[in-house]
Amino acid sequence: MDKFVIEHLTVSYSDGTESLKDISLNIPPNAINVLFGPAGGGKSTLLRVLNRLNDLADVAFVSGRVLLDGIDILDPKTDVIALRRRIGMVFARPVVLPFTIRGNLTYGLELAGVRDKSRLTEAVERSLIQAALWDEVKDRLDEPAIALSGGQQQRLCLARSLALEPDVILLDEPTSGLDPISTGKVETSLQELKQIYTIVLVPHSVQQAARVADNAAFFLQGELVEFAPGKEIFTHPRDKRSEDYIVGRFG
Amino acid sequence: MITNSTPSSAKRNLIQRLGFGLITLIAMLTVFLILMVVGYIVVLGIPAISIEFLTGFPSDGMRAGGIFPAIVGTILLTLGTALFAVPLGISAAIYLSEYAPENRWTRMIRVAIINLAGIPSVVYGLFGLGLFVIFLRFGTSILAGSLTLAIMTLPVIITTTEEALQAVPQSFRTVSVSLGATRWQTIRRIVLPQSQPGILTGVILGLERAAGETAPILFTAAAFFLPRLPHSPLDSTMALPYHLFVISTQVPGMPIHIQYGTALVLLVFILGMNLIATVIRSRARARRQW
Repeated sequence: MDKFVIEHLTVSYSDGTESLKDISLNIPPNAINVLFGPAGGGKSTLLRVLNRLNDLADVAFVSGRVLLDGIDILDPKTDVIALRRRIGMVFARPVVLPFTIRGNLTYGLELAGVRDKSRLTEAVERSLIQAALWDEVKDRLDEPAIALSGGQQQRLCLARSLALEPDVILLDEPTSGLDPISTGKVETSLQELKQIYTIVLVPHSVQQAARVADNAAFFLQGELVEFAPGKEIFTHPRDKRSEDYIVGRFG
Repeated sequence: MITNSTPSSAKRNLIQRLGFGLITLIAMLTVFLILMVVGYIVVLGIPAISIEFLTGFPSDGMRAGGIFPAIVGTILLTLGTALFAVPLGISAAIYLSEYAPENRWTRMIRVAIINLAGIPSVVYGLFGLGLFVIFLRFGTSILAGSLTLAIMTLPVIITTTEEALQAVPQSFRTVSVSLGATRWQTIRRIVLPQSQPGILTGVILGLERAAGETAPILFTAAAFFLPRLPHSPLDSTMALPYHLFVISTQVPGMPIHIQYGTALVLLVFILGMNLIATVIRSRARARRQW
């Protein structure tokens, strides 16, 4: 069964810009699903709809349905807090909270009321291993997180969302500020993580999309132009607009 | 080929140096003025400072003895102001910064706060007289004075607290929410702790202004002379600013060094609070994790 089923989703902001126009899309589980396209396409908006983070923005109008495991998360009765715990998010710039490394990782669990020290310690180690950061920081868990390098901070942010054992990981241009080596580490981690989680990624380049995508959706000015397996879309895109963008005729 | 200097560039250099020189001079003048004011009061007031002066009661119609009751009174009024203004001010700031939507009502609240900040302190004094002293029948009392000073201090505390809250990066809030936090959890665990030094500084600066004001306590709390310390919040009290005013204008034959001694004590009190606020601010800046 598909992890997300998006039906006729339309989102527009209070200043009139229509960010997403009648999007319908099925996102399968245990795969790296990539949303790519030029700026202003609505990719980040869609990402933020999936964990209802869009509620914080100046959104005027949302219509349509977004089903997570069959349940509409746009329903006003949805427990948004619980939803956000099931969905982890990594942002474009690494945002470490002003705590220690350990503090960053246990923050989400503490919010949920977890006090059991052994459970917290286990979560810290597990998430750092999954984010390929454990070896580098295991001896300095009680140092301020801000002391880490940019690449390490971003992997910490990934680990932070994994600590809550979500179902889904959303990543919005997670490697845009990172050097190629750190970028490679993140991409490798994602390949391993997709076996456990459903991944939805907005890449910062078409090349990254082509490297990692199991499935890819091309967004252009709020419209979903094409959604196909990665192997197909980057070699034989069906729509001319997709081809023009992938090849680099515009962007 | 690049030439090193031409007549016009030499002239520009000179003008630049003159300009910087002038600005530096003016800046040093400012420092000099402050040192002069403080120095003047210190030099004329130090002769009066002694243990008896700081712990004793006035005698001989204020011309001798100490200013202990005025010191105590100022401390009590400052604490009273803090009691009312700090919880109210910080709560209002949290509401404005973290909860209030940007609409007409919020804008009206902000305009009201700005206007409150502009009201002359003597007008506050009259207001306090009418509402607290007379209407609510608190009488001339520490309670009435504290409430009056609290209302006067509220805009400062609200504004500086809101600034401190807004200085916390928005990205922290976004991350916190994405991890499943309620708005209050985000405020309690991240926003408030991170803005604590800024809030503290603002509170101290607001309170030190209240400590130094004469007009608001003139009609609401201050007594010319009390033979003993106040017993309850409904007692009136002596206070340093009012005491200074009175002994400088109403008492004939007042020794100069007693006047300046009183001013010196008040100055030390205020500058001491300033120093604490500065230390808090610089230590927080060094330890900041963002």
